[in-house]
Amino acid sequence: MLRNAWVGVLGMALAASVVACGGGSSDTKPADSAAAPAGGGQKVDAATAGSVKGTVSVDGAVPKNDAIKMNADPVCVKQNASPQFQETYEVGADGKSLANVFVYVKDGLGNYSYDPPTGEAKIDQQNCRYHPHVFGMRVGQTLTIVNSDPTLHNIHAMPKGNAEFNNGQPIQGMKMTHTFSAKEVMVPFKCDVHGWMNAYVGVLDHPYFAVSDKDGKFDISNLPPGTYTLEAWHEKLGTATQSVTIGAKESKDVTFTFKAPAAATTN
Amino acid sequence: MLHRFSQFLAGCTVLLILAGSLVTSNDAGLSVPDWPTSYGWNMFTFPPSMWVANILYEHGHRLIASSVGFLTIIMAAWLWFAEPRRWLRWFGVAALGAVIAQGVLGGLTVLFFLPAAISTAHAGLAEIFFCMTVAIALFTSPRWIAGAAEPVDDAMLRTVATTTTILIYAQILVGATMRHTGAGLAIPDFPWMFGHVIPDHWSSAIAIHFTHRVGALLVTLVVLATSAHVYFHHGGRRELTRPATLIIALVAAQVTLGALTVLTQRNVWINSVHVVVGALVLATSLVISLRAWRVVIGERGLRTAESAIPARPSIRNPQSAIRTEGRA
Repeated sequence: MLRNAWVGVLGMALAASVVACGGGSSDTKPADSAAAPAGGGQKVDAATAGSVKGTVSVDGAVPKNDAIKMNADPVCVKQNASPQFQETYEVGADGKSLANVFVYVKDGLGNYSYDPPTGEAKIDQQNCRYHPHVFGMRVGQTLTIVNSDPTLHNIHAMPKGNAEFNNGQPIQGMKMTHTFSAKEVMVPFKCDVHGWMNAYVGVLDHPYFAVSDKDGKFDISNLPPGTYTLEAWHEKLGTATQSVTIGAKESKDVTFTFKAPAAATTN
Repeated sequence: MLHRFSQFLAGCTVLLILAGSLVTSNDAGLSVPDWPTSYGWNMFTFPPSMWVANILYEHGHRLIASSVGFLTIIMAAWLWFAEPRRWLRWFGVAALGAVIAQGVLGGLTVLFFLPAAISTAHAGLAEIFFCMTVAIALFTSPRWIAGAAEPVDDAMLRTVATTTTILIYAQILVGATMRHTGAGLAIPDFPWMFGHVIPDHWSSAIAIHFTHRVGALLVTLVVLATSAHVYFHHGGRRELTRPATLIIALVAAQVTLGALTVLTQRNVWINSVHVVVGALVLATSLVISLRAWRVVIGERGLRTAESAIPARPSIRNPQSAIRTEGRA
Protein backbone atom coordinates (compact mmCIF):
# COMPACT_ATOMS: atom_id res chain seq x y z
CA MET A 1 0.00 0.00 0.00
CA LEU A 2 2.73 2.37 1.06
CA ARG A 3 4.76 1.30 -1.93
CA ASN A 4 1.89 2.10 -4.27
CA ALA A 5 1.56 5.53 -2.70
CA TRP A 6 5.25 6.20 -3.30
CA VAL A 7 4.94 5.08 -6.90
CA GLY A 8 2.00 7.43 -7.31
CA VAL A 9 3.89 10.37 -5.83
CA LEU A 10 6.88 9.59 -8.04
CA GLY A 11 4.65 9.40 -11.09
CA MET A 12 3.09 12.77 -10.35
CA ALA A 13 6.49 14.33 -9.77
CA LEU A 14 7.70 12.91 -13.08
CA ALA A 15 4.62 14.20 -14.86
CA ALA A 16 5.13 17.62 -13.29
CA SER A 17 8.75 17.71 -14.39
CA VAL A 18 7.80 16.71 -17.93
CA VAL A 19 5.29 19.55 -18.03
CA ALA A 20 7.92 21.92 -16.65
CA CYS A 21 10.40 20.85 -19.32
CA GLY A 22 7.91 20.91 -22.12
CA GLY A 23 7.89 24.64 -22.65
CA GLY A 24 4.31 25.27 -21.69
CA SER A 25 1.73 25.35 -24.40
CA SER A 26 3.79 24.81 -27.51
CA ASP A 27 1.83 23.04 -30.23
CA THR A 28 -1.35 23.20 -28.22
CA LYS A 29 -4.60 24.99 -28.76
CA PRO A 30 -5.12 28.18 -26.81
CA ALA A 31 -6.99 27.78 -23.58
CA ASP A 32 -10.65 28.63 -23.88
CA SER A 33 -10.44 31.19 -21.10
CA ALA A 34 -7.63 33.00 -22.89
CA ALA A 35 -9.25 32.98 -26.30
CA ALA A 36 -12.69 34.07 -25.17
CA PRO A 37 -13.63 37.74 -24.75
CA ALA A 38 -12.17 38.98 -21.50
CA GLY A 39 -14.55 39.21 -18.58
CA GLY A 40 -18.12 40.33 -18.93
CA GLY A 41 -17.34 43.92 -19.85
CA GLN A 42 -18.96 45.98 -22.56
CA LYS A 43 -17.99 45.71 -26.21
CA VAL A 44 -16.13 48.55 -27.85
CA ASP A 45 -18.50 50.65 -29.93
CA ALA A 46 -16.88 51.05 -33.32
CA ALA A 47 -19.10 54.06 -34.05
CA THR A 48 -17.51 56.15 -31.31
CA ALA A 49 -14.03 54.65 -31.32
CA GLY A 50 -11.07 56.88 -32.01
CA SER A 51 -7.37 56.32 -32.54
CA VAL A 52 -3.91 57.31 -31.46
CA LYS A 53 -1.32 57.98 -34.11
CA GLY A 54 2.15 59.18 -33.60
CA THR A 55 5.85 58.96 -34.10
CA VAL A 56 8.79 57.74 -32.10
CA SER A 57 12.09 59.52 -32.36
CA VAL A 58 15.42 59.65 -30.66
CA ASP A 59 17.04 62.85 -29.47
CA GLY A 60 20.79 62.93 -29.90
CA ALA A 61 23.45 60.93 -31.66
CA VAL A 62 22.24 57.40 -32.25
CA PRO A 63 24.58 54.65 -31.14
CA LYS A 64 26.13 52.52 -33.83
CA ASN A 65 24.76 49.01 -34.06
CA ASP A 66 27.19 46.23 -33.19
CA ALA A 67 28.70 44.39 -36.13
CA ILE A 68 27.78 40.73 -36.50
CA LYS A 69 30.18 37.98 -37.51
CA MET A 70 28.24 35.16 -39.11
CA ASN A 71 31.22 33.13 -40.23
CA ALA A 72 30.48 30.33 -37.76
CA ASP A 73 27.72 29.19 -40.09
CA PRO A 74 28.50 29.06 -43.83
CA VAL A 75 24.79 29.20 -44.69
CA CYS A 76 24.39 32.52 -42.89
CA VAL A 77 27.49 33.90 -44.59
CA LYS A 78 26.17 32.87 -47.99
CA GLN A 79 22.83 34.52 -47.30
CA ASN A 80 24.34 37.77 -46.09
CA ALA A 81 27.15 38.91 -48.34
CA SER A 82 27.30 42.49 -47.08
CA PRO A 83 28.49 43.50 -43.61
CA GLN A 84 25.82 42.74 -41.04
CA PHE A 85 24.83 44.69 -37.96
CA GLN A 86 22.48 44.23 -35.05
CA GLU A 87 18.98 45.69 -35.35
CA THR A 88 19.10 47.53 -32.04
CA TYR A 89 18.71 51.03 -33.43
CA GLU A 90 16.70 51.17 -36.64
CA VAL A 91 16.76 54.84 -37.48
CA GLY A 92 15.03 56.49 -40.43
CA ALA A 93 16.61 58.61 -43.12
CA ASP A 94 16.11 61.74 -41.02
CA GLY A 95 18.43 60.32 -38.37
CA LYS A 96 15.76 60.69 -35.69
CA SER A 97 12.74 58.50 -36.32
CA LEU A 98 13.02 55.19 -34.55
CA ALA A 99 11.61 51.85 -35.68
CA ASN A 100 10.99 48.67 -33.68
CA VAL A 101 9.44 50.49 -30.75
CA PHE A 102 6.50 48.68 -29.19
CA VAL A 103 3.73 51.14 -28.28
CA TYR A 104 0.72 49.94 -26.31
CA VAL A 105 -2.05 50.99 -23.98
CA LYS A 106 -0.68 50.22 -20.59
CA ASP A 107 -3.56 51.45 -18.45
CA GLY A 108 -7.03 52.99 -18.59
CA LEU A 109 -9.01 50.46 -20.61
CA GLY A 110 -11.35 49.59 -17.77
CA ASN A 111 -13.81 46.77 -18.17
CA TYR A 112 -14.07 46.23 -21.91
CA SER A 113 -14.30 42.87 -23.55
CA TYR A 114 -12.65 42.07 -26.86
CA ASP A 115 -13.24 39.59 -29.59
CA PRO A 116 -10.86 36.66 -29.57
CA PRO A 117 -7.78 37.28 -31.65
CA THR A 118 -8.25 36.30 -35.26
CA GLY A 119 -5.44 34.96 -37.35
CA GLU A 120 -2.07 34.09 -36.05
CA ALA A 121 1.08 35.91 -35.14
CA LYS A 122 4.17 34.71 -36.95
CA ILE A 123 7.89 34.84 -36.48
CA ASP A 124 10.16 33.57 -39.22
CA GLN A 125 13.82 32.63 -39.09
CA GLN A 126 15.04 33.84 -42.41
CA ASN A 127 18.51 34.78 -43.55
CA CYS A 128 19.68 34.02 -40.04
CA ARG A 129 17.50 36.77 -38.59
CA TYR A 130 14.15 36.87 -36.89
CA HIS A 131 11.37 38.50 -38.87
CA PRO A 132 9.89 40.59 -37.38
CA HIS A 133 12.39 41.79 -34.83
CA VAL A 134 9.70 43.36 -32.60
CA PHE A 135 6.02 42.50 -32.69
CA GLY A 136 2.91 42.21 -30.58
CA MET A 137 0.27 39.54 -30.09
CA ARG A 138 -2.61 38.63 -27.83
CA VAL A 139 -2.81 36.27 -24.91
CA GLY A 140 -4.13 32.99 -26.27
CA GLN A 141 -3.32 33.87 -29.87
CA THR A 142 -1.44 31.30 -31.87
CA LEU A 143 2.15 32.17 -32.62
CA THR A 144 3.52 30.28 -35.60
CA ILE A 145 7.27 29.85 -35.60
CA VAL A 146 8.82 29.05 -38.95
CA ASN A 147 12.33 28.18 -40.04
CA SER A 148 12.77 29.32 -43.64
CA ASP A 149 16.53 28.89 -43.57
CA PRO A 150 18.46 25.94 -44.99
CA THR A 151 20.27 25.73 -41.68
CA LEU A 152 19.10 24.79 -38.24
CA HIS A 153 17.90 27.16 -35.54
CA ASN A 154 16.61 26.86 -32.04
CA ILE A 155 14.05 29.32 -30.81
CA HIS A 156 14.39 30.07 -27.15
CA ALA A 157 11.78 32.25 -25.44
CA MET A 158 12.79 33.70 -22.09
CA PRO A 159 9.65 35.12 -20.51
CA LYS A 160 9.29 35.94 -16.84
CA GLY A 161 5.55 35.49 -16.47
CA ASN A 162 4.96 32.76 -19.06
CA ALA A 163 6.54 29.34 -19.50
CA GLU A 164 10.04 29.38 -20.95
CA PHE A 165 10.57 27.19 -23.99
CA ASN A 166 13.45 26.19 -26.25
CA ASN A 167 12.72 24.23 -29.41
CA GLY A 168 14.91 23.12 -32.23
CA GLN A 169 14.01 23.47 -35.89
CA PRO A 170 16.75 21.64 -37.75
CA ILE A 171 14.99 21.30 -41.10
CA GLN A 172 14.11 24.10 -43.52
CA GLY A 173 10.38 24.72 -43.59
CA MET A 174 9.67 23.37 -40.12
CA LYS A 175 6.83 25.02 -38.25
CA MET A 176 5.62 24.97 -34.70
CA THR A 177 3.04 26.89 -32.76
CA HIS A 178 2.92 28.37 -29.32
CA THR A 179 0.48 30.34 -27.22
CA PHE A 180 1.26 32.59 -24.28
CA SER A 181 -1.07 32.32 -21.33
CA ALA A 182 -0.37 35.64 -19.61
CA LYS A 183 0.30 39.20 -20.69
CA GLU A 184 3.93 40.19 -20.68
CA VAL A 185 5.83 43.11 -22.15
CA MET A 186 8.26 42.02 -23.53
CA VAL A 187 9.17 38.37 -24.07
CA PRO A 188 12.69 38.05 -25.53
CA PHE A 189 13.55 35.38 -28.08
CA LYS A 190 17.03 34.24 -28.92
CA CYS A 191 18.69 31.66 -31.06
CA ASP A 192 21.41 29.98 -29.01
CA VAL A 193 22.98 28.61 -32.18
CA HIS A 194 23.43 32.02 -33.77
CA GLY A 195 24.04 34.35 -30.86
CA TRP A 196 23.20 37.52 -32.79
CA MET A 197 19.60 36.47 -33.49
CA ASN A 198 17.14 38.05 -31.10
CA ALA A 199 13.57 39.28 -31.18
CA TYR A 200 10.92 40.58 -28.79
CA VAL A 201 7.18 40.08 -28.55
CA GLY A 202 4.74 42.07 -26.45
CA VAL A 203 1.90 39.84 -25.24
CA LEU A 204 -1.26 41.70 -24.23
CA ASP A 205 -4.80 40.89 -23.18
CA HIS A 206 -6.19 43.59 -25.47
CA PRO A 207 -5.66 44.60 -29.10
CA TYR A 208 -4.29 48.12 -28.55
CA PHE A 209 -0.66 47.93 -29.55
CA ALA A 210 1.56 48.75 -32.51
CA VAL A 211 5.19 48.72 -33.54
CA SER A 212 6.79 51.82 -35.00
CA ASP A 213 7.83 51.53 -38.65
CA LYS A 214 11.00 52.74 -40.36
CA ASP A 215 9.65 56.30 -40.24
CA GLY A 216 8.94 55.98 -36.55
CA LYS A 217 5.18 55.97 -37.14
CA PHE A 218 2.61 53.92 -35.31
CA ASP A 219 -1.18 53.72 -35.30
CA ILE A 220 -3.49 52.29 -32.65
CA SER A 221 -7.07 52.32 -33.87
CA ASN A 222 -10.57 51.38 -32.69
CA LEU A 223 -9.81 52.78 -29.25
CA PRO A 224 -12.88 53.62 -27.16
CA PRO A 225 -13.14 57.16 -25.76
CA GLY A 226 -11.23 57.57 -22.51
CA THR A 227 -8.00 58.57 -20.86
CA TYR A 228 -5.12 56.16 -21.31
CA THR A 229 -1.55 55.64 -20.31
CA LEU A 230 0.51 54.81 -23.37
CA GLU A 231 3.90 53.20 -23.04
CA ALA A 232 6.62 52.99 -25.66
CA TRP A 233 9.22 50.25 -25.20
CA HIS A 234 12.61 50.05 -26.88
CA GLU A 235 15.05 47.19 -26.37
CA LYS A 236 17.93 49.46 -25.35
CA LEU A 237 16.42 52.84 -24.58
CA GLY A 238 13.89 51.49 -22.11
CA THR A 239 10.37 52.82 -21.76
CA ALA A 240 8.56 56.14 -21.95
CA THR A 241 4.97 56.79 -20.93
CA GLN A 242 2.46 59.53 -21.44
CA SER A 243 -1.20 60.10 -20.87
CA VAL A 244 -3.64 60.73 -23.68
CA THR A 245 -7.38 61.45 -23.67
CA ILE A 246 -9.48 60.35 -26.65
CA GLY A 247 -12.92 61.69 -27.32
CA ALA A 248 -15.56 60.01 -29.46
CA LYS A 249 -14.26 59.47 -33.01
CA GLU A 250 -11.24 61.50 -32.12
CA SER A 251 -7.76 60.85 -33.42
CA LYS A 252 -4.87 62.08 -31.33
CA ASP A 253 -1.26 62.56 -32.34
CA VAL A 254 1.35 61.51 -29.85
CA THR A 255 5.12 61.82 -30.01
CA PHE A 256 7.55 59.75 -28.00
CA THR A 257 11.11 61.00 -27.87
CA PHE A 258 13.84 58.85 -26.39
CA LYS A 259 17.09 60.39 -25.31
CA ALA A 260 20.13 58.85 -26.94
CA PRO A 261 22.65 57.33 -24.55
CA ALA A 262 25.50 59.60 -23.55
CA ALA A 263 28.77 59.41 -25.50
CA ALA A 264 27.12 57.57 -28.36
CA THR A 265 28.89 57.03 -31.63
CA THR A 266 26.94 58.24 -34.59
CA ASN A 267 25.68 55.65 -36.99
CA MET B 1 49.53 -0.05 -18.27
CA LEU B 2 46.57 0.78 -16.02
CA HIS B 3 48.53 3.76 -14.77
CA ARG B 4 49.09 4.98 -18.33
CA PHE B 5 45.44 4.50 -19.11
CA SER B 6 44.34 6.45 -16.04
CA GLN B 7 46.78 9.22 -17.02
CA PHE B 8 45.17 9.25 -20.46
CA LEU B 9 41.72 9.46 -18.89
CA ALA B 10 42.82 12.39 -16.71
CA GLY B 11 44.19 14.12 -19.82
CA CYS B 12 40.90 13.54 -21.66
CA THR B 13 39.09 15.02 -18.68
CA VAL B 14 41.14 18.20 -19.01
CA LEU B 15 40.01 18.35 -22.63
CA LEU B 16 36.43 17.79 -21.48
CA ILE B 17 36.67 20.64 -18.96
CA LEU B 18 37.98 22.91 -21.73
CA ALA B 19 35.08 21.87 -23.97
CA GLY B 20 32.61 22.54 -21.17
CA SER B 21 34.07 25.94 -20.41
CA LEU B 22 33.88 26.84 -24.11
CA VAL B 23 30.18 26.03 -24.03
CA THR B 24 29.58 28.51 -21.22
CA SER B 25 31.98 31.13 -22.60
CA ASN B 26 30.19 31.04 -25.95
CA ASP B 27 26.76 31.05 -24.32
CA ALA B 28 26.10 27.85 -26.25
CA GLY B 29 24.54 25.77 -23.47
CA LEU B 30 21.08 25.76 -25.02
CA SER B 31 22.11 25.64 -28.67
CA VAL B 32 21.08 21.98 -28.68
CA PRO B 33 17.71 22.22 -26.97
CA ASP B 34 17.04 18.55 -26.38
CA TRP B 35 18.82 15.86 -24.36
CA PRO B 36 19.92 13.09 -24.60
CA THR B 37 19.05 13.46 -28.29
CA SER B 38 20.43 16.26 -30.45
CA TYR B 39 17.71 17.95 -32.53
CA GLY B 40 15.89 14.64 -32.42
CA TRP B 41 18.86 12.61 -33.68
CA ASN B 42 20.69 10.06 -31.65
CA MET B 43 23.68 11.95 -30.31
CA PHE B 44 26.12 9.75 -32.20
CA THR B 45 24.32 10.00 -35.54
CA PHE B 46 23.71 13.76 -35.51
CA PRO B 47 25.06 14.81 -38.94
CA PRO B 48 28.39 16.68 -38.76
CA SER B 49 27.05 19.08 -41.42
CA MET B 50 24.79 20.43 -38.69
CA TRP B 51 27.55 21.13 -36.23
CA VAL B 52 27.46 24.82 -37.02
CA ALA B 53 28.06 27.90 -34.91
CA ASN B 54 27.41 27.26 -31.20
CA ILE B 55 26.21 23.72 -31.83
CA LEU B 56 29.84 22.78 -32.43
CA TYR B 57 30.65 23.64 -28.81
CA GLU B 58 27.60 22.05 -27.17
CA HIS B 59 27.49 18.91 -29.30
CA GLY B 60 31.28 18.59 -29.18
CA HIS B 61 31.09 18.79 -25.39
CA ARG B 62 28.51 16.03 -25.35
CA LEU B 63 30.59 13.77 -27.59
CA ILE B 64 33.78 14.32 -25.60
CA ALA B 65 31.82 13.72 -22.39
CA SER B 66 30.46 10.48 -23.82
CA SER B 67 33.98 9.40 -24.75
CA VAL B 68 35.24 10.19 -21.26
CA GLY B 69 32.31 8.24 -19.84
CA PHE B 70 33.19 5.27 -22.03
CA LEU B 71 36.84 5.47 -20.96
CA THR B 72 35.73 5.63 -17.34
CA ILE B 73 33.70 2.45 -17.78
CA ILE B 74 36.83 0.74 -19.12
CA MET B 75 38.92 2.06 -16.27
CA ALA B 76 36.42 1.04 -13.61
CA ALA B 77 36.19 -2.45 -15.12
CA TRP B 78 39.96 -2.65 -15.40
CA LEU B 79 40.37 -1.67 -11.77
CA TRP B 80 37.66 -4.07 -10.71
CA PHE B 81 39.25 -7.07 -12.34
CA ALA B 82 42.96 -6.26 -12.12
CA GLU B 83 43.49 -4.06 -9.07
CA PRO B 84 44.32 -5.89 -5.84
CA ARG B 85 43.47 -2.98 -3.55
CA ARG B 86 39.80 -3.30 -2.68
CA TRP B 87 39.31 0.34 -1.79
CA LEU B 88 40.76 1.39 -5.13
CA ARG B 89 38.42 -0.93 -6.98
CA TRP B 90 35.50 0.77 -5.30
CA PHE B 91 37.08 4.14 -5.95
CA GLY B 92 36.94 3.30 -9.66
CA VAL B 93 33.26 2.47 -9.30
CA ALA B 94 32.74 5.79 -7.51
CA ALA B 95 34.45 7.60 -10.40
CA LEU B 96 32.08 5.88 -12.80
CA GLY B 97 29.14 6.96 -10.63
CA ALA B 98 30.48 10.51 -10.64
CA VAL B 99 30.76 10.69 -14.42
CA ILE B 100 27.25 9.27 -14.83
CA ALA B 101 25.87 11.81 -12.35
CA GLN B 102 27.80 14.49 -14.21
CA GLY B 103 26.15 13.49 -17.48
CA VAL B 104 22.71 13.57 -15.87
CA LEU B 105 23.40 17.04 -14.41
CA GLY B 106 24.51 18.21 -17.84
CA GLY B 107 21.26 16.95 -19.34
CA LEU B 108 19.12 18.43 -16.59
CA THR B 109 20.69 21.85 -16.93
CA VAL B 110 19.75 21.84 -20.63
CA LEU B 111 16.20 20.64 -19.99
CA PHE B 112 15.65 23.24 -17.27
CA PHE B 113 17.23 26.13 -19.24
CA LEU B 114 20.54 26.39 -17.37
CA PRO B 115 19.47 27.15 -13.82
CA ALA B 116 22.48 28.50 -11.93
CA ALA B 117 22.22 25.86 -9.20
CA ILE B 118 22.36 22.89 -11.58
CA SER B 119 24.99 24.46 -13.84
CA THR B 120 27.18 25.26 -10.84
CA ALA B 121 26.73 21.73 -9.49
CA HIS B 122 27.70 20.43 -12.96
CA ALA B 123 30.87 22.54 -12.82
CA GLY B 124 31.63 21.48 -9.24
CA LEU B 125 31.18 17.78 -9.95
CA ALA B 126 33.39 18.11 -13.03
CA GLU B 127 36.25 19.16 -10.77
CA ILE B 128 35.59 16.30 -8.37
CA PHE B 129 35.56 13.79 -11.20
CA PHE B 130 38.79 15.25 -12.58
CA CYS B 131 40.37 14.96 -9.13
CA MET B 132 39.25 11.33 -8.96
CA THR B 133 40.92 10.53 -12.28
CA VAL B 134 44.11 12.28 -11.14
CA ALA B 135 43.99 10.40 -7.85
CA ILE B 136 43.55 7.07 -9.63
CA ALA B 137 46.50 7.91 -11.87
CA LEU B 138 48.51 8.67 -8.74
CA PHE B 139 47.36 5.59 -6.82
CA THR B 140 48.27 3.32 -9.73
CA SER B 141 51.67 4.93 -10.31
CA PRO B 142 54.72 2.75 -9.62
CA ARG B 143 56.17 5.33 -7.26
CA TRP B 144 53.00 5.45 -5.15
CA ILE B 145 52.74 1.67 -5.00
CA ALA B 146 56.37 1.22 -4.16
CA GLY B 147 56.38 3.90 -1.51
CA ALA B 148 59.50 5.71 -0.41
CA ALA B 149 62.36 4.31 1.59
CA GLU B 150 61.89 7.20 3.98
CA PRO B 151 58.26 8.31 3.65
CA VAL B 152 57.36 11.91 4.32
CA ASP B 153 55.58 12.09 7.64
CA ASP B 154 54.82 15.74 8.27
CA ALA B 155 51.57 16.62 10.02
CA MET B 156 52.01 20.32 9.23
CA LEU B 157 52.39 19.58 5.51
CA ARG B 158 49.26 17.46 5.59
CA THR B 159 47.35 20.28 7.25
CA VAL B 160 48.53 23.09 5.02
CA ALA B 161 48.29 21.10 1.79
CA THR B 162 44.80 19.81 2.58
CA THR B 163 43.64 23.27 3.58
CA THR B 164 45.02 24.62 0.32
CA THR B 165 43.20 21.98 -1.71
CA ILE B 166 39.89 22.67 0.03
CA LEU B 167 40.28 26.42 -0.42
CA ILE B 168 41.06 26.00 -4.11
CA TYR B 169 37.96 23.89 -4.57
CA ALA B 170 35.86 26.46 -2.72
CA GLN B 171 37.35 29.17 -4.93
CA ILE B 172 36.42 27.15 -8.03
CA LEU B 173 32.85 26.82 -6.76
CA VAL B 174 32.65 30.58 -6.25
CA GLY B 175 34.05 31.04 -9.76
CA ALA B 176 31.47 28.63 -11.17
CA THR B 177 28.71 30.48 -9.35
CA MET B 178 30.03 33.72 -10.82
CA ARG B 179 30.02 32.28 -14.34
CA HIS B 180 26.56 30.80 -14.11
CA THR B 181 24.93 33.83 -12.53
CA GLY B 182 26.39 36.18 -15.13
CA ALA B 183 28.53 38.01 -12.58
CA GLY B 184 31.80 37.70 -14.47
CA LEU B 185 31.89 41.40 -15.29
CA ALA B 186 29.91 42.63 -12.29
CA ILE B 187 33.10 44.44 -11.32
CA PRO B 188 34.33 45.70 -14.68
CA ASP B 189 37.80 46.99 -13.80
CA PHE B 190 41.02 45.41 -12.56
CA PRO B 191 42.97 45.63 -10.29
CA TRP B 192 40.67 48.30 -8.88
CA MET B 193 37.01 47.74 -8.21
CA PHE B 194 34.93 50.61 -9.58
CA GLY B 195 38.07 52.68 -9.12
CA HIS B 196 38.43 51.74 -5.45
CA VAL B 197 40.15 49.09 -3.40
CA ILE B 198 36.73 47.92 -2.17
CA PRO B 199 33.57 48.36 -4.29
CA ASP B 200 31.67 51.51 -3.38
CA HIS B 201 28.31 49.90 -4.09
CA TRP B 202 26.98 46.37 -3.84
CA SER B 203 24.65 43.85 -5.39
CA SER B 204 24.53 40.08 -5.19
CA ALA B 205 26.51 39.83 -8.45
CA ILE B 206 29.16 42.27 -7.19
CA ALA B 207 29.39 40.34 -3.91
CA ILE B 208 29.97 37.05 -5.76
CA HIS B 209 32.58 38.64 -8.00
CA PHE B 210 34.28 40.33 -5.03
CA THR B 211 34.36 37.00 -3.15
CA HIS B 212 36.11 35.39 -6.12
CA ARG B 213 38.77 38.10 -6.12
CA VAL B 214 39.31 37.81 -2.37
CA GLY B 215 39.39 34.05 -2.83
CA ALA B 216 42.13 34.42 -5.44
CA LEU B 217 44.20 36.34 -2.94
CA LEU B 218 43.63 33.73 -0.25
CA VAL B 219 44.44 30.85 -2.58
CA THR B 220 47.63 32.57 -3.70
CA LEU B 221 48.71 32.96 -0.09
CA VAL B 222 48.00 29.37 0.95
CA VAL B 223 49.64 28.01 -2.19
CA LEU B 224 52.74 30.05 -1.42
CA ALA B 225 52.61 28.79 2.16
CA THR B 226 52.38 25.16 1.03
CA SER B 227 55.17 25.54 -1.49
CA ALA B 228 57.38 27.38 1.00
CA HIS B 229 56.81 24.61 3.52
CA VAL B 230 57.80 22.02 0.94
CA TYR B 231 60.96 23.92 -0.05
CA PHE B 232 62.08 24.54 3.53
CA HIS B 233 61.29 21.16 5.02
CA HIS B 234 61.39 18.73 2.12
CA GLY B 235 63.72 20.38 -0.35
CA GLY B 236 65.23 17.06 -1.31
CA ARG B 237 61.98 15.35 -2.14
CA ARG B 238 61.35 15.82 -5.84
CA GLU B 239 57.90 14.27 -5.66
CA LEU B 240 56.94 17.28 -3.54
CA THR B 241 59.15 20.08 -4.88
CA ARG B 242 58.09 19.50 -8.49
CA PRO B 243 54.35 19.97 -7.87
CA ALA B 244 55.15 22.78 -5.44
CA THR B 245 56.98 24.62 -8.21
CA LEU B 246 54.34 23.76 -10.77
CA ILE B 247 51.49 25.05 -8.64
CA ILE B 248 53.19 28.44 -8.18
CA ALA B 249 53.54 28.76 -11.94
CA LEU B 250 49.93 27.69 -12.44
CA VAL B 251 48.60 30.15 -9.85
CA ALA B 252 50.60 32.97 -11.46
CA ALA B 253 49.09 32.04 -14.83
CA GLN B 254 45.65 31.72 -13.29
CA VAL B 255 45.70 35.17 -11.66
CA THR B 256 46.89 36.66 -14.95
CA LEU B 257 44.13 34.88 -16.87
CA GLY B 258 41.56 36.05 -14.34
CA ALA B 259 42.67 39.65 -14.73
CA LEU B 260 42.68 39.33 -18.51
CA THR B 261 39.21 37.82 -18.45
CA VAL B 262 37.94 41.07 -16.93
CA LEU B 263 40.13 43.39 -19.00
CA THR B 264 39.16 41.70 -22.29
CA GLN B 265 35.46 41.70 -21.39
CA ARG B 266 35.47 37.92 -21.09
CA ASN B 267 37.40 36.91 -24.17
CA VAL B 268 36.12 33.42 -24.94
CA TRP B 269 39.47 31.62 -24.98
CA ILE B 270 41.02 33.48 -22.06
CA ASN B 271 37.91 32.86 -20.01
CA SER B 272 37.86 29.17 -20.92
CA VAL B 273 41.55 28.57 -20.30
CA HIS B 274 41.06 30.28 -16.94
CA VAL B 275 38.65 27.49 -16.03
CA VAL B 276 41.07 24.79 -17.20
CA VAL B 277 44.04 26.23 -15.33
CA GLY B 278 41.87 26.41 -12.22
CA ALA B 279 41.28 22.68 -12.52
CA LEU B 280 45.02 22.09 -12.96
CA VAL B 281 45.78 24.16 -9.84
CA LEU B 282 43.31 22.01 -7.90
CA ALA B 283 44.75 18.76 -9.24
CA THR B 284 48.33 19.80 -8.46
CA SER B 285 47.39 20.73 -4.92
CA LEU B 286 45.58 17.42 -4.60
CA VAL B 287 48.74 15.56 -5.64
CA ILE B 288 50.78 17.36 -2.98
CA SER B 289 48.12 16.58 -0.40
CA LEU B 290 47.86 12.92 -1.29
CA ARG B 291 51.62 12.51 -1.24
CA ALA B 292 51.63 14.17 2.18
CA TRP B 293 48.98 11.71 3.34
CA ARG B 294 50.67 8.73 1.72
CA VAL B 295 52.37 7.55 4.88
CA VAL B 296 49.15 7.75 6.88
CA ILE B 297 47.24 5.84 4.23
CA GLY B 298 49.87 3.13 4.38
CA GLU B 299 49.89 2.98 8.16
CA ARG B 300 46.17 2.62 8.38
CA GLY B 301 46.28 -0.33 6.07
CA LEU B 302 44.11 1.25 3.40
CA ARG B 303 46.62 0.02 0.94
CA THR B 304 46.64 -3.68 1.54
CA ALA B 305 49.91 -4.21 -0.27
CA GLU B 306 51.88 -2.04 2.11
CA SER B 307 51.85 -4.24 5.16
CA ALA B 308 52.30 -7.46 3.29
CA ILE B 309 55.38 -6.55 1.30
CA PRO B 310 58.41 -7.56 3.30
CA ALA B 311 60.86 -5.56 1.28
CA ARG B 312 60.44 -2.54 -0.95
CA PRO B 313 59.32 -3.88 -4.32
CA SER B 314 60.96 -2.96 -7.53
CA ILE B 315 59.54 0.21 -9.00
CA ARG B 316 59.74 -1.40 -12.40
CA ASN B 317 57.21 -4.04 -11.50
CA PRO B 318 55.43 -3.10 -8.31
CA GLN B 319 52.14 -4.62 -9.41
CA SER B 320 53.55 -8.11 -9.24
CA ALA B 321 54.50 -7.62 -5.62
CA ILE B 322 51.04 -6.40 -4.78
CA ARG B 323 49.18 -9.12 -6.59
CA THR B 324 50.83 -11.79 -4.49
CA GLU B 325 48.87 -10.68 -1.50
CA GLY B 326 46.49 -8.03 -2.71
CA ARG B 327 43.29 -10.03 -2.52
CA ALA B 328 44.11 -11.70 0.74
